[in-house]
Amino acid sequence: MPEREQIRRTPAERPETTVDENPQGSETGEKLKAELDDLLDEIDEVLETNAEDFVRSFVQKGGQ
Amino acid sequence: MAIKKICGIETEYGIVHRGTDDPNPITASSILINAYLSDLGRSGGSAHGAPGVGWDFEFESPEIDARGVMEPGAMPPEVETHMVNAVLTNGARYYVDHAHPELSTPECADALSVVTFDRSADLILERSMRAADALLPEGQTIVVYKNNSDGKGNSYGCHENYLLDRELPFGRIVAEITPHFISRQIFCGAGKVGSELGASATEVPFQISQRADFFEEEVGLETTLKRPIINTRDEPHADPQKYRRLHVIIGDANMSEVATFLKVGTTSIVLAMIEDGWIARDLRFDSPLAALRSVSTDLSLRKPLPMATGGTATALNVQQYLLERAVEWSDSRGFESVGEEVGPMIIDRWTRVLSSLETEPSEASTTVDWIAKYRLIEAYRERHGLDWGDTRLHALDLQYHDLRPERSLARRVGLESICDSKAIEQGTSWPPLDTRAFFRGACLAKFGDDIVSANWDSLVFDIGTEPLRRVAMMEPSRGTAAHVASVIESSQTAAELLERLGT
Repeated sequence: MPEREQIRRTPAERPETTVDENPQGSETGEKLKAELDDLLDEIDEVLETNAEDFVRSFVQKGGQ
Repeated sequence: MAIKKICGIETEYGIVHRGTDDPNPITASSILINAYLSDLGRSGGSAHGAPGVGWDFEFESPEIDARGVMEPGAMPPEVETHMVNAVLTNGARYYVDHAHPELSTPECADALSVVTFDRSADLILERSMRAADALLPEGQTIVVYKNNSDGKGNSYGCHENYLLDRELPFGRIVAEITPHFISRQIFCGAGKVGSELGASATEVPFQISQRADFFEEEVGLETTLKRPIINTRDEPHADPQKYRRLHVIIGDANMSEVATFLKVGTTSIVLAMIEDGWIARDLRFDSPLAALRSVSTDLSLRKPLPMATGGTATALNVQQYLLERAVEWSDSRGFESVGEEVGPMIIDRWTRVLSSLETEPSEASTTVDWIAKYRLIEAYRERHGLDWGDTRLHALDLQYHDLRPERSLARRVGLESICDSKAIEQGTSWPPLDTRAFFRGACLAKFGDDIVSANWDSLVFDIGTEPLRRVAMMEPSRGTAAHVASVIESSQTAAELLERLGT
């Protein structure tokens, strides 16, 4: 069944990676990481002050 | 030959009314929309809005099933006629639906146009919040979230609509588009902290899709209970002899423009390929509902899923196959059905996102919502040493979707923009030029006072003589600027317009 082989071809040979890992030396990865660090440095000014209250009171009626 | 994939998006937004003891989402949604409409009325009337024109329900029939029979015991969706319901001069519908503000974009001719009008919709909601806050008592505020779940088991939708050839058998649509809906999550999922199916934070700390937890059937008519992967609502809002409208209820609302573009663009191409008989292989998953959830909870994107024909495949494998076919299809058939200019952009974006997902998913953090959100939350979690069940992570998840620019986290994670900002601004008040939405919007802008009601496929005029005059628009690709701009422009009155149109 060549068809089936073709559709199965990929996953096994590839190394496990997850989205939070950046490869060593990847310029784009380093830049993204630096931007994320900057965002975390200033994020508290933007975040809702009381996360507990905010999450508890965020209740929606079901829709479509 | 595939027909033109005219498409649109309808978004139900989450809404919170703060500073009041007894918040009511229907009241809040009405305040929000009415505040916007009355601001339009004040700021110069018909050139920007037609707040007086209501929706016409005469031909709405959401209970008709595409499979030709009513499902025993099925609950047909109700048409709510008593709530705020307006048509805007951009051709959109802005209304209260199921305790949420909802905005349906005008009909668009291609995926890039849909993304632009989806962003215009966000801008309209942003302005609505400001207009509402100006009316509310001190200390009260209404906030709108573009997401699909409250994290407590309540979901609301972001639906897509695509024009299909009526000749295409419905059974083939179901068999051939379902694998795309299950696998496309990997690039159009908006991401969610935790599970709403009772799984612990250890079992499901984070998942790819907002909506996957809420689907219980493979095919069906419902949209609010026992939601199906394929919705069978057969309400074409166009000539029913020629067309179907595929009403897609499974997607997440995206904050990323590229994600919306990919969601609508790839789906348009896959549907055009189905019309052209190009999906050569049986791609059905053995258990579609199990596959849907498995894809959503597998952040490694590596988990093989059993296929109906035997063997296994990952969501990425299915997408890679569909992309391969799409390239061959476009070489042979061209991009006419999805847009000559936009088609190659879809293929390019599709190729790039699958390549990133295969080799280095973090590269897609500027285009894919779930990856952008996951990286932010994971980095915050690490920095503060939090567990995955921590409420602060749920708060970050919700706030990602806040539509206030000063609060939105999605605006701060470096998402790439593909829409022209002038086009987004223009899209709040002017319709697309290349579908029948042009006729609707341009008539509302110029003759709003003479239009009694509007809906997707007609406009009803009152020109002072009985009876009221209904102009049918059963062809979604007619009534474009090329067809009717000059006749609208050169008509001094609605009566003159109707006379020239021969109605």
